[in-house]
Amino acid sequence: MLMHTLSVDTARPAPGAPCEAALPVLLANQVEKTYPNGTQALQRLKLSIERGEFVSLLGPSGCGKSTLLKMFAGLESPSAGHVRWWGKGSLDTDQPGQRMAMVFQEATLMPWARVADNARLPLDLAGVPKAEGNARVQAALELVGLGKFGGVYPRELSGGMQMRASIARALAVQPNLLLMDEPFGALDEFTRNRLDSDLRDLWRSRDLTVVFVTHSIYEAVFLSSRVVVMGARPGRVLADVAIEGPEVRDEAFRTSAPFIEQCARLSALLAEANADSAH
Amino acid sequence: MENSARPLLADPRFQRIAAPLFVGLVLLALWQLLCVTLKVPTYLVPTPLDIGRTLVADGPMLFAALLVTLKITFLSFALAVLLGVIAAFLFVQSRVIEASLFPYAILLQVTPVVAVAPLIIIWVSNTTLALTICATLVAIFPIISNTVLGLRSVNPGLLNLFRLNRASRWQTLLRLRIPSALPYFFGGLRIASGLALIGAVVAEFVAGTGGTGAGLAYQILQAGFQLNIPRLFAALFLIALTGVLLFSLMAALARVSLGHWHESEQG
Ligand SMILES: Nc1ncnc2c1ncn2[C@@H]1O[C@H](COP(=O)(O)OP(=O)(O)O)[C@@H](O)[C@H]1O
Ligand SMILES: [Mg+2]
Repeated sequence: MLMHTLSVDTARPAPGAPCEAALPVLLANQVEKTYPNGTQALQRLKLSIERGEFVSLLGPSGCGKSTLLKMFAGLESPSAGHVRWWGKGSLDTDQPGQRMAMVFQEATLMPWARVADNARLPLDLAGVPKAEGNARVQAALELVGLGKFGGVYPRELSGGMQMRASIARALAVQPNLLLMDEPFGALDEFTRNRLDSDLRDLWRSRDLTVVFVTHSIYEAVFLSSRVVVMGARPGRVLADVAIEGPEVRDEAFRTSAPFIEQCARLSALLAEANADSAH
Repeated sequence: MENSARPLLADPRFQRIAAPLFVGLVLLALWQLLCVTLKVPTYLVPTPLDIGRTLVADGPMLFAALLVTLKITFLSFALAVLLGVIAAFLFVQSRVIEASLFPYAILLQVTPVVAVAPLIIIWVSNTTLALTICATLVAIFPIISNTVLGLRSVNPGLLNLFRLNRASRWQTLLRLRIPSALPYFFGGLRIASGLALIGAVVAEFVAGTGGTGAGLAYQILQAGFQLNIPRLFAALFLIALTGVLLFSLMAALARVSLGHWHESEQG
């Protein structure tokens, strides 16, 4: 459903200066996180994410996936080590080509605001003029198939549509880095598969780096160019697996032999991770 | 007959207005019946018809008294809302401020107004102002506590979203904290409106002021002294009616402001 509307406003921006292009979009160097209550969520974690990658963080519950993503979002700071965005120590949101948006596990829409107003929130907060904001929001809503639902309140939407609204809010920012924390975890499998396909198409069509948290092996393999397997107690990277697959992935890919093989391989790695953390 | 009664009973508007009215009428009829059959003397329990006749006969006097009580009620309610909201915003600025001031807000709540009213009436020479202060003391606590609760009950996910987008403190307050607090605030309004009325009546009782500025409480006191029980009941009836109307007004206000999004106002 998304594919028809994609080509309109999605021209890839010209690449940045050569030295900039070589820098990873995200770099976590020897990052540790110990919460004030003593829980060690991450231990000496090293991860580099290049421009244009679709990286999934896969791991059992409690292995620090959300913690790492929040650090990438600037919502948590590391107890040790450092995070770099495009080579810099902080996010510079005004810099073109370095915009970041995040989609949470819940749709987190403001119940008192219409869908369009919800989606325009980041633009309003950033002081984008109303007219430009409205145009960008409408484009984003159409992109996620909610073009006719801008005037509706969130409670009138189904769970899947609320999630789409939440994604539209992120897309209206025109992000170059999109962080997603189990965005489709609460949805039924059918809706999840469809949103996964749409997301994959979206990522292919623009200058977008995605970091996607999931505990579904199938979702990780379907979506990603790379899967980072994490283990718990303390949270760390166990394996870093490049995913082989066609550029355009459809339902046929879900049943293909490479898909199933890679799922089995990740499944074995995850079983290892769980066995480790059981000790 | 049966066929037309069913959809009517299912109509929520009927349920909200006509059903309680019907119960009231049945109770009044029962009251009338018991008084007449048991021959209860009027100076003990007057019949509803007696009360109704007094309401008409003493109408101008009672109505003037009602206006006085209403004036105190609305003044104190407005003051309670204003000061309560200011206090709530102050409290949520920091935990230290809340920790150091909240016990005193509780002090307001637990001190019986009848105990402090005489002092206030001595200190403040203007009667209207003294009564308003007393009633405000009674009504302010639910506004403070509900608004504080509301301003703090922000969805943590939304708070993260605002932080992520570098919302200023001011933007977060206007676009997130205040809308989140509204349902709690309206809950506080409902309680406070009733308390403002109670506070006004109690303060009038303590003050016991007569003359042209006499409120309904004074009429009740006087009627009691004179054993004019029907008038006492008539005044009581007016107070109760005022309370119900105030509550309905607050409920309607909440429905208008929250109806489009909040669960409490659905269905
Ligand atoms: N704010 C917090 N305070 C204390 N402990 C936390 C906090 N957030 C997460 N944790 C703990 O850190 C660990 C990792 O959590 P999280 O990053 O949410 O894992 P995941 O998203 O992979 O399930 C868990 O043991 C969790 O209980
Ligand atoms: Mg998580």
